[in-house]
Amino acid sequence: MSATLRLLLMAALLGLWEGAARLLHVPAYILPPPSAVAVGFYRGIASGLYAEHIWITMLETFLGFAFGAAAGFGLGTFVALSRRFEYYLYPIIVMFQAMPKVALAPLIIVWFGLDLTSKVINASLVCFFPLMVNTIAGLRAADEDRISLMRSLAASDAQIFWMLRLPGALPSIFAGLEIAMIFALIGAIVAEFVGAQAGLGMLIQSMNFSMDVAGQFSVLFILSLIGLALNTIVAAVRKRVVFWDQPRQDLRPGGKS
Amino acid sequence: MNTAQHTGSPEHIAVRSLTKRYGTDVTALASIDLGIAEGELVAIVGPSGCGKSTLLRILAGLMPPTEGEARLGGSPIAGPRKDIGVVFQTPVLFPWRSVLDNALLPVDVQKLGRERMRATAMELLKLVGLQGFEHHLPNQLSGGMQQRAALVRALIHDPSVLLMDEPFGALDAMTREQMNLELQRIWMERQKTVVFVTHSVGEAVFLADRVIVMSPRPGRIVDTLAVDFPRPRPLSVMNTEAFGVHVSRIRQALNATGGLE
Repeated sequence: MSATLRLLLMAALLGLWEGAARLLHVPAYILPPPSAVAVGFYRGIASGLYAEHIWITMLETFLGFAFGAAAGFGLGTFVALSRRFEYYLYPIIVMFQAMPKVALAPLIIVWFGLDLTSKVINASLVCFFPLMVNTIAGLRAADEDRISLMRSLAASDAQIFWMLRLPGALPSIFAGLEIAMIFALIGAIVAEFVGAQAGLGMLIQSMNFSMDVAGQFSVLFILSLIGLALNTIVAAVRKRVVFWDQPRQDLRPGGKS
Repeated sequence: MNTAQHTGSPEHIAVRSLTKRYGTDVTALASIDLGIAEGELVAIVGPSGCGKSTLLRILAGLMPPTEGEARLGGSPIAGPRKDIGVVFQTPVLFPWRSVLDNALLPVDVQKLGRERMRATAMELLKLVGLQGFEHHLPNQLSGGMQQRAALVRALIHDPSVLLMDEPFGALDAMTREQMNLELQRIWMERQKTVVFVTHSVGEAVFLADRVIVMSPRPGRIVDTLAVDFPRPRPLSVMNTEAFGVHVSRIRQALNATGGLE
Protein backbone atom coordinates (compact mmCIF):
# COMPACT_ATOMS: atom_id res chain seq x y z
CA MET A 1 0.00 0.00 0.00
CA SER A 2 2.03 2.91 -1.20
CA ALA A 3 0.81 6.45 -1.76
CA THR A 4 3.43 6.93 -4.44
CA LEU A 5 2.06 4.00 -6.40
CA ARG A 6 -1.40 5.48 -6.20
CA LEU A 7 -0.21 8.80 -7.60
CA LEU A 8 1.81 7.04 -10.29
CA LEU A 9 -1.25 5.09 -11.38
CA MET A 10 -3.26 8.29 -11.63
CA ALA A 11 -0.50 10.00 -13.61
CA ALA A 12 -0.27 6.98 -15.91
CA LEU A 13 -4.00 7.12 -16.64
CA LEU A 14 -3.81 10.84 -17.42
CA GLY A 15 -0.79 10.18 -19.65
CA LEU A 16 -2.64 7.42 -21.48
CA TRP A 17 -5.61 9.74 -22.02
CA GLU A 18 -3.36 12.55 -23.27
CA GLY A 19 -1.44 10.21 -25.58
CA ALA A 20 -4.54 8.55 -26.98
CA ALA A 21 -6.27 11.87 -27.63
CA ARG A 22 -3.25 13.21 -29.49
CA LEU A 23 -2.14 10.10 -31.40
CA LEU A 24 -5.64 9.12 -32.50
CA HIS A 25 -6.48 12.73 -33.42
CA VAL A 26 -9.69 12.72 -31.39
CA PRO A 27 -11.46 16.03 -32.10
CA ALA A 28 -11.36 18.40 -29.09
CA TYR A 29 -15.17 18.74 -29.14
CA ILE A 30 -15.48 14.99 -28.49
CA LEU A 31 -12.73 14.29 -25.97
CA PRO A 32 -10.18 17.01 -25.20
CA PRO A 33 -6.79 15.88 -23.81
CA PRO A 34 -6.18 16.53 -20.09
CA SER A 35 -3.79 19.36 -20.95
CA ALA A 36 -6.62 21.25 -22.69
CA VAL A 37 -8.88 20.62 -19.68
CA ALA A 38 -6.15 22.02 -17.43
CA VAL A 39 -5.84 25.12 -19.59
CA GLY A 40 -9.63 25.59 -19.53
CA PHE A 41 -9.61 25.13 -15.76
CA TYR A 42 -6.85 27.71 -15.36
CA ARG A 43 -8.59 30.27 -17.58
CA GLY A 44 -11.89 29.87 -15.76
CA ILE A 45 -10.27 30.30 -12.37
CA ALA A 46 -7.91 33.13 -13.38
CA SER A 47 -10.66 35.17 -15.02
CA GLY A 48 -12.78 34.89 -11.89
CA LEU A 49 -15.57 33.38 -14.02
CA TYR A 50 -15.77 30.12 -12.03
CA ALA A 51 -15.67 31.74 -8.59
CA GLU A 52 -19.04 33.40 -8.99
CA HIS A 53 -20.72 30.26 -10.32
CA ILE A 54 -19.13 28.08 -7.64
CA TRP A 55 -20.44 30.44 -4.99
CA ILE A 56 -23.99 30.36 -6.40
CA THR A 57 -24.11 26.56 -6.68
CA MET A 58 -22.64 26.09 -3.20
CA LEU A 59 -25.16 28.53 -1.73
CA GLU A 60 -28.07 26.72 -3.40
CA THR A 61 -26.72 23.39 -2.22
CA PHE A 62 -26.24 24.47 1.39
CA LEU A 63 -29.60 26.21 1.67
CA GLY A 64 -31.36 23.30 -0.01
CA PHE A 65 -29.56 20.87 2.29
CA ALA A 66 -30.46 22.90 5.38
CA PHE A 67 -34.18 23.11 4.56
CA GLY A 68 -34.45 19.58 3.17
CA ALA A 69 -32.54 18.02 6.06
CA ALA A 70 -34.54 19.95 8.68
CA ALA A 71 -37.83 18.91 7.06
CA GLY A 72 -36.66 15.31 6.62
CA PHE A 73 -35.56 15.06 10.22
CA GLY A 74 -38.71 16.72 11.56
CA LEU A 75 -41.15 14.68 9.54
CA GLY A 76 -39.15 11.49 10.11
CA THR A 77 -39.34 12.07 13.85
CA PHE A 78 -43.10 12.55 13.75
CA VAL A 79 -43.62 9.44 11.63
CA ALA A 80 -41.35 7.37 13.89
CA LEU A 81 -43.04 8.51 17.10
CA SER A 82 -46.68 8.78 16.16
CA ARG A 83 -48.55 5.79 14.76
CA ARG A 84 -51.45 8.04 13.79
CA PHE A 85 -49.22 10.46 11.94
CA GLU A 86 -47.66 7.54 10.14
CA TYR A 87 -51.00 5.96 9.27
CA TYR A 88 -52.37 9.06 7.56
CA LEU A 89 -49.27 10.61 6.06
CA TYR A 90 -46.94 7.80 5.17
CA PRO A 91 -48.76 6.64 2.01
CA ILE A 92 -48.60 10.18 0.63
CA ILE A 93 -44.94 10.44 1.50
CA VAL A 94 -44.14 7.09 -0.08
CA MET A 95 -45.99 7.95 -3.28
CA PHE A 96 -44.05 11.16 -3.48
CA GLN A 97 -40.86 9.23 -2.81
CA ALA A 98 -41.51 6.85 -5.69
CA MET A 99 -41.48 9.76 -8.14
CA PRO A 100 -38.04 10.80 -9.46
CA LYS A 101 -37.78 14.27 -7.92
CA VAL A 102 -35.51 15.62 -10.65
CA ALA A 103 -38.50 15.29 -13.01
CA LEU A 104 -40.15 18.02 -10.95
CA ALA A 105 -37.41 20.51 -11.79
CA PRO A 106 -39.09 22.07 -14.88
CA LEU A 107 -42.30 22.61 -12.91
CA ILE A 108 -40.44 24.16 -10.01
CA ILE A 109 -38.67 26.57 -12.37
CA VAL A 110 -42.07 27.59 -13.74
CA TRP A 111 -43.47 28.09 -10.25
CA PHE A 112 -40.53 29.76 -8.58
CA GLY A 113 -38.61 31.45 -11.38
CA LEU A 114 -35.07 31.37 -12.68
CA ASP A 115 -33.20 32.61 -9.63
CA LEU A 116 -32.05 31.12 -6.33
CA THR A 117 -35.42 30.11 -4.83
CA SER A 118 -36.27 27.41 -7.38
CA LYS A 119 -32.81 25.82 -7.03
CA VAL A 120 -33.02 25.75 -3.25
CA ILE A 121 -36.47 24.18 -3.38
CA ASN A 122 -35.40 21.54 -5.87
CA ALA A 123 -32.27 20.73 -3.86
CA SER A 124 -34.25 20.39 -0.62
CA LEU A 125 -36.89 18.18 -2.27
CA VAL A 126 -34.23 15.83 -3.59
CA CYS A 127 -32.28 15.58 -0.33
CA PHE A 128 -35.31 15.38 1.97
CA PHE A 129 -36.03 11.69 1.54
CA PRO A 130 -32.81 9.94 2.41
CA LEU A 131 -32.73 11.81 5.69
CA MET A 132 -36.37 11.18 6.53
CA VAL A 133 -36.07 7.47 5.85
CA ASN A 134 -32.88 7.17 7.88
CA THR A 135 -34.37 9.18 10.75
CA ILE A 136 -37.38 6.87 10.90
CA ALA A 137 -35.21 3.75 10.73
CA GLY A 138 -32.82 5.07 13.37
CA LEU A 139 -35.48 6.15 15.86
CA ARG A 140 -37.43 2.93 15.41
CA ALA A 141 -34.37 0.76 15.93
CA ALA A 142 -34.11 1.59 19.64
CA ASP A 143 -33.21 -1.60 21.47
CA GLU A 144 -36.08 -3.16 23.47
CA ASP A 145 -33.87 -3.91 26.47
CA ARG A 146 -32.72 -0.31 26.61
CA ILE A 147 -36.31 0.88 26.53
CA SER A 148 -37.17 -1.58 29.33
CA LEU A 149 -34.25 -0.23 31.32
CA MET A 150 -35.43 3.37 30.89
CA ARG A 151 -38.98 2.39 31.81
CA SER A 152 -37.78 0.52 34.89
CA LEU A 153 -36.21 3.80 36.02
CA ALA A 154 -39.60 5.49 35.63
CA ALA A 155 -38.36 7.58 32.68
CA SER A 156 -40.89 9.71 30.78
CA ASP A 157 -41.44 9.33 27.03
CA ALA A 158 -39.61 12.61 26.50
CA GLN A 159 -36.63 11.33 28.48
CA ILE A 160 -36.65 8.09 26.50
CA PHE A 161 -36.56 10.15 23.31
CA TRP A 162 -33.78 12.53 24.30
CA MET A 163 -31.62 10.14 26.29
CA LEU A 164 -32.09 6.96 24.28
CA ARG A 165 -33.86 7.12 20.90
CA LEU A 166 -32.22 10.23 19.50
CA PRO A 167 -28.59 9.42 20.40
CA GLY A 168 -29.22 5.85 19.26
CA ALA A 169 -30.50 7.11 15.92
CA LEU A 170 -27.54 9.42 15.27
CA PRO A 171 -25.40 6.91 13.32
CA SER A 172 -28.32 6.28 11.00
CA ILE A 173 -29.17 10.00 10.77
CA PHE A 174 -25.61 10.84 9.82
CA ALA A 175 -25.59 8.16 7.15
CA GLY A 176 -28.69 9.93 5.82
CA LEU A 177 -27.01 13.33 6.04
CA GLU A 178 -24.06 12.11 3.99
CA ILE A 179 -26.38 11.03 1.20
CA ALA A 180 -28.56 14.14 1.55
CA MET A 181 -25.58 16.44 1.15
CA ILE A 182 -24.65 14.96 -2.23
CA PHE A 183 -28.32 14.76 -3.27
CA ALA A 184 -28.67 18.48 -2.56
CA LEU A 185 -25.82 19.18 -4.97
CA ILE A 186 -27.48 16.98 -7.61
CA GLY A 187 -30.80 18.78 -7.06
CA ALA A 188 -29.22 22.20 -7.45
CA ILE A 189 -27.34 21.24 -10.64
CA VAL A 190 -30.38 19.66 -12.27
CA ALA A 191 -32.48 22.75 -11.55
CA GLU A 192 -29.72 24.89 -13.06
CA PHE A 193 -29.78 22.72 -16.20
CA VAL A 194 -33.46 23.43 -16.60
CA GLY A 195 -33.24 27.16 -16.21
CA ALA A 196 -30.86 29.47 -14.42
CA GLN A 197 -28.91 32.67 -14.75
CA ALA A 198 -25.86 31.48 -12.84
CA GLY A 199 -24.29 28.39 -11.30
CA LEU A 200 -22.08 25.53 -12.43
CA GLY A 201 -25.01 23.64 -13.97
CA MET A 202 -25.86 26.65 -16.09
CA LEU A 203 -22.19 26.99 -17.00
CA ILE A 204 -22.07 23.38 -18.25
CA GLN A 205 -25.18 24.03 -20.35
CA SER A 206 -23.78 27.15 -21.97
CA MET A 207 -20.38 25.52 -22.60
CA ASN A 208 -22.23 22.65 -24.23
CA PHE A 209 -23.88 25.05 -26.64
CA SER A 210 -20.56 26.66 -27.48
CA MET A 211 -18.84 23.25 -27.87
CA ASP A 212 -16.37 24.11 -25.12
CA VAL A 213 -15.89 20.49 -24.09
CA ALA A 214 -12.59 21.16 -22.31
CA GLY A 215 -14.39 23.79 -20.24
CA GLN A 216 -17.14 21.29 -19.39
CA PHE A 217 -14.57 18.80 -18.20
CA SER A 218 -13.01 21.44 -15.99
CA VAL A 219 -16.40 22.22 -14.43
CA LEU A 220 -17.02 18.51 -13.89
CA PHE A 221 -13.69 18.40 -12.13
CA ILE A 222 -14.77 21.29 -9.89
CA LEU A 223 -18.05 19.51 -9.15
CA SER A 224 -16.20 16.38 -8.03
CA LEU A 225 -14.04 18.52 -5.77
CA ILE A 226 -17.14 20.16 -4.30
CA GLY A 227 -18.82 16.77 -3.79
CA LEU A 228 -15.70 15.45 -2.09
CA ALA A 229 -15.47 18.54 0.14
CA LEU A 230 -19.15 18.32 1.16
CA ASN A 231 -18.80 14.66 1.99
CA THR A 232 -15.67 15.35 4.01
CA ILE A 233 -17.45 18.07 6.00
CA VAL A 234 -20.34 15.76 6.94
CA ALA A 235 -17.94 12.93 7.75
CA ALA A 236 -15.89 15.23 9.99
CA VAL A 237 -18.99 16.40 11.89
CA ARG A 238 -20.14 12.81 12.16
CA LYS A 239 -16.83 11.79 13.65
CA ARG A 240 -17.22 14.38 16.40
CA VAL A 241 -20.90 13.79 17.14
CA VAL A 242 -21.13 10.01 16.73
CA PHE A 243 -17.77 9.37 18.39
CA TRP A 244 -18.79 5.93 19.68
CA ASP A 245 -19.74 4.47 16.32
CA GLN A 246 -17.04 4.96 13.70
CA PRO A 247 -17.61 3.58 10.23
CA ARG A 248 -15.24 0.90 9.11
CA GLN A 249 -12.05 1.92 7.33
CA ASP A 250 -13.16 0.96 3.84
CA LEU A 251 -16.03 3.45 3.82
CA ARG A 252 -14.03 6.43 2.67
CA PRO A 253 -15.50 9.87 2.15
CA GLY A 254 -16.46 10.12 -1.48
CA GLY A 255 -17.11 6.41 -1.61
CA LYS A 256 -20.82 7.09 -2.01
CA SER A 257 -22.26 8.85 -5.02
CA MET B 1 -36.20 -28.36 55.43
CA ASN B 2 -38.27 -25.35 56.11
CA THR B 3 -40.73 -24.10 53.58
CA ALA B 4 -42.16 -21.34 55.74
CA GLN B 5 -42.43 -18.07 53.87
CA HIS B 6 -41.54 -15.49 56.48
CA THR B 7 -45.23 -14.82 56.91
CA GLY B 8 -45.87 -12.66 59.89
CA SER B 9 -42.54 -10.90 59.63
CA PRO B 10 -42.78 -7.63 57.67
CA GLU B 11 -42.61 -8.56 54.04
CA HIS B 12 -40.82 -6.11 51.84
CA ILE B 13 -42.11 -7.77 48.70
CA ALA B 14 -45.44 -9.57 48.85
CA VAL B 15 -46.85 -11.49 45.90
CA ARG B 16 -50.40 -12.78 46.31
CA SER B 17 -52.13 -15.28 44.01
CA LEU B 18 -50.46 -13.67 41.06
CA THR B 19 -51.31 -15.00 37.62
CA LYS B 20 -50.01 -13.78 34.28
CA ARG B 21 -51.53 -14.83 31.00
CA TYR B 22 -50.44 -13.80 27.53
CA GLY B 23 -53.48 -13.71 25.30
CA THR B 24 -56.01 -16.35 26.23
CA ASP B 25 -54.11 -19.62 26.11
CA VAL B 26 -50.58 -18.98 27.36
CA THR B 27 -50.35 -18.93 31.13
CA ALA B 28 -46.88 -17.78 32.10
CA LEU B 29 -47.46 -17.68 35.85
CA ALA B 30 -50.15 -19.49 37.81
CA SER B 31 -51.19 -18.20 41.25
CA ILE B 32 -47.80 -17.35 42.68
CA ASP B 33 -47.57 -16.63 46.41
CA LEU B 34 -44.28 -15.31 47.62
CA GLY B 35 -43.10 -13.15 50.48
CA ILE B 36 -39.61 -11.70 50.62
CA ALA B 37 -38.24 -10.08 53.77
CA GLU B 38 -36.28 -6.88 53.72
CA GLY B 39 -32.59 -7.53 53.12
CA GLU B 40 -33.19 -11.08 51.98
CA LEU B 41 -31.42 -12.55 48.95
CA VAL B 42 -33.81 -14.83 47.15
CA ALA B 43 -32.89 -16.85 44.07
CA ILE B 44 -35.52 -18.12 41.66
CA VAL B 45 -34.52 -21.16 39.61
CA GLY B 46 -36.42 -22.86 36.89
CA PRO B 47 -36.09 -24.03 33.31
CA SER B 48 -36.45 -21.65 30.37
CA GLY B 49 -40.04 -20.60 29.92
CA CYS B 50 -41.06 -21.05 33.56
CA GLY B 51 -42.06 -17.42 33.77
CA LYS B 52 -39.29 -16.35 36.12
CA SER B 53 -38.36 -13.40 33.95
CA THR B 54 -42.03 -12.50 33.68
CA LEU B 55 -42.28 -12.46 37.47
CA LEU B 56 -39.28 -10.17 37.63
CA ARG B 57 -40.74 -7.82 35.02
CA ILE B 58 -43.96 -7.63 37.03
CA LEU B 59 -41.98 -6.80 40.17
CA ALA B 60 -40.12 -4.12 38.18
CA GLY B 61 -43.46 -2.61 37.20
CA LEU B 62 -42.77 -3.21 33.51
CA MET B 63 -45.96 -5.22 33.03
CA PRO B 64 -49.13 -5.69 35.07
CA PRO B 65 -50.26 -9.07 36.42
CA THR B 66 -53.44 -10.56 34.96
CA GLU B 67 -54.76 -11.52 38.39
CA GLY B 68 -53.56 -11.07 41.94
CA GLU B 69 -51.12 -8.44 43.01
CA ALA B 70 -47.55 -7.67 43.91
CA ARG B 71 -46.74 -5.21 46.68
CA LEU B 72 -43.55 -3.48 47.55
CA GLY B 73 -43.18 -1.92 50.97
CA GLY B 74 -46.92 -2.20 51.50
CA SER B 75 -48.15 -0.50 48.34
CA PRO B 76 -49.15 -2.26 45.11
CA ILE B 77 -46.68 -2.15 42.24
CA ALA B 78 -48.63 -0.26 39.59
CA GLY B 79 -45.77 0.85 37.38
CA PRO B 80 -42.04 1.48 37.43
CA ARG B 81 -40.82 2.66 40.82
CA LYS B 82 -37.82 4.69 41.73
CA ASP B 83 -36.77 2.44 44.60
CA ILE B 84 -36.04 -0.54 42.34
CA GLY B 85 -32.81 -1.31 40.54
CA VAL B 86 -32.83 -3.80 37.68
CA VAL B 87 -29.96 -5.77 36.16
CA PHE B 88 -30.77 -7.47 32.89
CA GLN B 89 -29.27 -10.51 31.16
CA THR B 90 -27.14 -8.22 29.03
CA PRO B 91 -25.41 -5.11 30.40
CA VAL B 92 -27.68 -2.78 28.34
CA LEU B 93 -25.18 0.08 28.53
CA PHE B 94 -25.58 3.12 26.29
CA PRO B 95 -22.57 3.09 23.95
CA TRP B 96 -22.41 6.91 23.79
CA ARG B 97 -22.11 7.27 27.55
CA SER B 98 -18.87 6.69 29.41
CA VAL B 99 -18.86 4.11 32.19
CA LEU B 100 -19.40 6.89 34.72
CA ASP B 101 -22.23 8.45 32.71
CA ASN B 102 -23.87 5.07 32.29
CA ALA B 103 -23.70 4.57 36.03
CA LEU B 104 -25.30 8.00 36.47
CA LEU B 105 -28.20 7.28 34.09
CA PRO B 106 -30.76 6.78 36.90
CA VAL B 107 -29.50 10.01 38.44
CA ASP B 108 -30.16 11.86 35.18
CA VAL B 109 -33.57 10.26 34.69
CA GLN B 110 -34.73 10.86 38.24
CA LYS B 111 -33.00 14.25 38.48
CA LEU B 112 -31.13 13.42 41.66
CA GLY B 113 -28.34 15.92 41.07
CA ARG B 114 -25.38 14.78 39.04
CA GLU B 115 -22.78 16.71 41.03
CA ARG B 116 -23.98 15.34 44.32
CA MET B 117 -24.11 11.74 43.05
CA ARG B 118 -20.78 11.76 41.25
CA ALA B 119 -18.86 10.83 44.38
CA THR B 120 -21.31 7.99 45.08
CA ALA B 121 -20.82 6.69 41.56
CA MET B 122 -17.05 6.78 41.88
CA GLU B 123 -17.29 4.94 45.18
CA LEU B 124 -19.53 2.22 43.70
CA LEU B 125 -17.30 1.87 40.64
CA LYS B 126 -14.43 1.32 43.02
CA LEU B 127 -16.49 -1.23 44.93
CA VAL B 128 -16.93 -3.33 41.78
CA GLY B 129 -13.31 -2.84 40.70
CA LEU B 130 -13.86 -0.40 37.86
CA GLN B 131 -11.79 2.48 39.20
CA GLY B 132 -9.67 3.91 36.41
CA PHE B 133 -12.28 2.97 33.81
CA GLU B 134 -14.78 5.77 34.58
CA HIS B 135 -14.12 7.55 31.31
CA HIS B 136 -13.92 4.50 29.09
CA LEU B 137 -16.71 3.76 26.66
CA PRO B 138 -18.60 0.49 27.18
CA ASN B 139 -17.23 -1.10 24.02
CA GLN B 140 -13.74 -0.75 25.47
CA LEU B 141 -14.66 -3.08 28.36
CA SER B 142 -14.96 -6.86 28.60
CA GLY B 143 -18.36 -8.49 29.12
CA GLY B 144 -17.73 -8.98 32.83
CA MET B 145 -16.68 -5.36 33.31
CA GLN B 146 -19.74 -4.16 31.42
CA GLN B 147 -21.99 -6.18 33.71
CA ARG B 148 -20.21 -4.65 36.72
CA ALA B 149 -20.99 -1.20 35.34
CA ALA B 150 -24.61 -2.28 34.94
CA LEU B 151 -24.61 -3.36 38.58
CA VAL B 152 -23.34 0.05 39.65
CA ARG B 153 -26.10 1.67 37.59
CA ALA B 154 -28.68 -0.49 39.37
CA LEU B 155 -27.31 0.56 42.77
CA ILE B 156 -26.62 4.26 42.20
CA HIS B 157 -30.02 5.62 43.22
CA ASP B 158 -29.86 3.50 46.37
CA PRO B 159 -32.99 1.41 45.64
CA SER B 160 -34.26 -0.86 48.39
CA VAL B 161 -34.76 -3.71 45.92
CA LEU B 162 -32.40 -5.15 43.35
CA LEU B 163 -33.99 -7.30 40.66
CA MET B 164 -31.53 -9.40 38.69
CA ASP B 165 -32.59 -11.36 35.62
CA GLU B 166 -29.93 -14.00 34.89
CA PRO B 167 -27.35 -11.23 35.16
CA PHE B 168 -24.30 -13.44 34.76
CA GLY B 169 -25.74 -15.94 32.29
CA ALA B 170 -23.78 -14.55 29.36
CA LEU B 171 -20.42 -14.64 31.15
CA ASP B 172 -17.85 -17.42 31.06
CA ALA B 173 -17.75 -19.78 34.04
CA MET B 174 -14.77 -18.19 35.77
CA THR B 175 -15.96 -14.61 35.40
CA ARG B 176 -19.35 -15.76 36.60
CA GLU B 177 -17.96 -17.20 39.85
CA GLN B 178 -16.04 -14.00 40.36
CA MET B 179 -19.19 -11.96 39.88
CA ASN B 180 -21.08 -14.18 42.33
CA LEU B 181 -18.44 -13.46 44.97
CA GLU B 182 -18.67 -9.73 44.27
CA LEU B 183 -22.43 -9.70 44.36
CA GLN B 184 -22.31 -11.41 47.76
CA ARG B 185 -19.78 -8.87 49.01
CA ILE B 186 -21.83 -5.92 47.75
CA TRP B 187 -25.03 -7.38 49.14
CA MET B 188 -23.41 -7.88 52.56
CA GLU B 189 -22.19 -4.32 52.50
CA ARG B 190 -25.41 -2.70 51.28
CA GLN B 191 -28.15 -5.01 52.60
CA LYS B 192 -30.51 -4.73 49.66
CA THR B 193 -33.45 -7.01 49.11
CA VAL B 194 -32.34 -9.03 46.10
CA VAL B 195 -34.40 -11.17 43.76
CA PHE B 196 -32.01 -13.13 41.59
CA VAL B 197 -33.33 -15.13 38.66
CA THR B 198 -31.05 -17.84 37.28
CA HIS B 199 -31.17 -21.24 35.69
CA SER B 200 -27.97 -22.32 37.34
CA VAL B 201 -28.79 -24.40 40.42
CA GLY B 202 -25.27 -24.04 41.80
CA GLU B 203 -25.35 -20.27 41.47
CA ALA B 204 -28.70 -20.13 43.25
CA VAL B 205 -27.54 -22.23 46.21
CA PHE B 206 -24.25 -20.37 46.46
CA LEU B 207 -25.85 -16.93 46.58
CA ALA B 208 -29.26 -17.21 48.16
CA ASP B 209 -30.78 -17.20 51.60
CA ARG B 210 -33.68 -18.95 50.03
CA VAL B 211 -34.11 -20.72 46.71
CA ILE B 212 -37.49 -20.75 45.00
CA VAL B 213 -37.94 -23.58 42.48
CA MET B 214 -40.38 -23.03 39.64
CA SER B 215 -41.99 -25.43 37.20
CA PRO B 216 -42.26 -24.86 33.45
CA ARG B 217 -45.34 -23.27 31.91
CA PRO B 218 -47.60 -22.54 33.60
CA GLY B 219 -44.98 -21.31 36.06
CA ARG B 220 -45.68 -22.16 39.67
CA ILE B 221 -43.58 -22.50 42.79
CA VAL B 222 -42.89 -26.19 43.39
CA ASP B 223 -40.34 -25.98 46.20
CA THR B 224 -38.72 -23.52 48.53
CA LEU B 225 -35.41 -24.20 50.19
CA ALA B 226 -33.60 -22.19 52.86
CA VAL B 227 -29.82 -22.10 52.56
CA ASP B 228 -28.00 -21.19 55.75
CA PHE B 229 -24.30 -21.46 55.01
CA PRO B 230 -22.46 -18.78 56.97
CA ARG B 231 -21.41 -15.69 55.07
CA PRO B 232 -19.25 -14.63 53.44
CA ARG B 233 -19.39 -17.92 51.59
CA PRO B 234 -16.14 -18.87 49.85
CA LEU B 235 -16.30 -20.60 46.46
CA SER B 236 -15.10 -23.74 48.24
CA VAL B 237 -18.51 -24.05 49.88
CA MET B 238 -19.59 -25.54 46.56
CA ASN B 239 -17.44 -28.61 47.31
CA THR B 240 -19.10 -29.40 50.65
CA GLU B 241 -21.52 -32.24 51.14
CA ALA B 242 -24.26 -29.95 52.43
CA PHE B 243 -24.04 -27.90 49.22
CA GLY B 244 -24.41 -31.10 47.20
CA VAL B 245 -27.45 -32.08 49.22
CA HIS B 246 -29.13 -28.76 48.48
CA VAL B 247 -28.28 -28.95 44.81
CA SER B 248 -29.62 -32.48 44.42
CA ARG B 249 -32.82 -31.60 46.22
CA ILE B 250 -33.43 -28.73 43.83
CA ARG B 251 -32.59 -30.93 40.87
CA GLN B 252 -35.10 -33.49 42.09
CA ALA B 253 -37.76 -30.81 42.40
CA LEU B 254 -36.97 -29.66 38.87
CA ASN B 255 -36.97 -33.25 37.58
CA ALA B 256 -40.32 -33.97 39.17
CA THR B 257 -41.82 -31.24 37.02
CA GLY B 258 -40.06 -32.59 33.97
CA GLY B 259 -38.47 -29.22 33.62
CA LEU B 260 -34.77 -29.94 33.72
CA GLU B 261 -33.12 -29.11 30.44
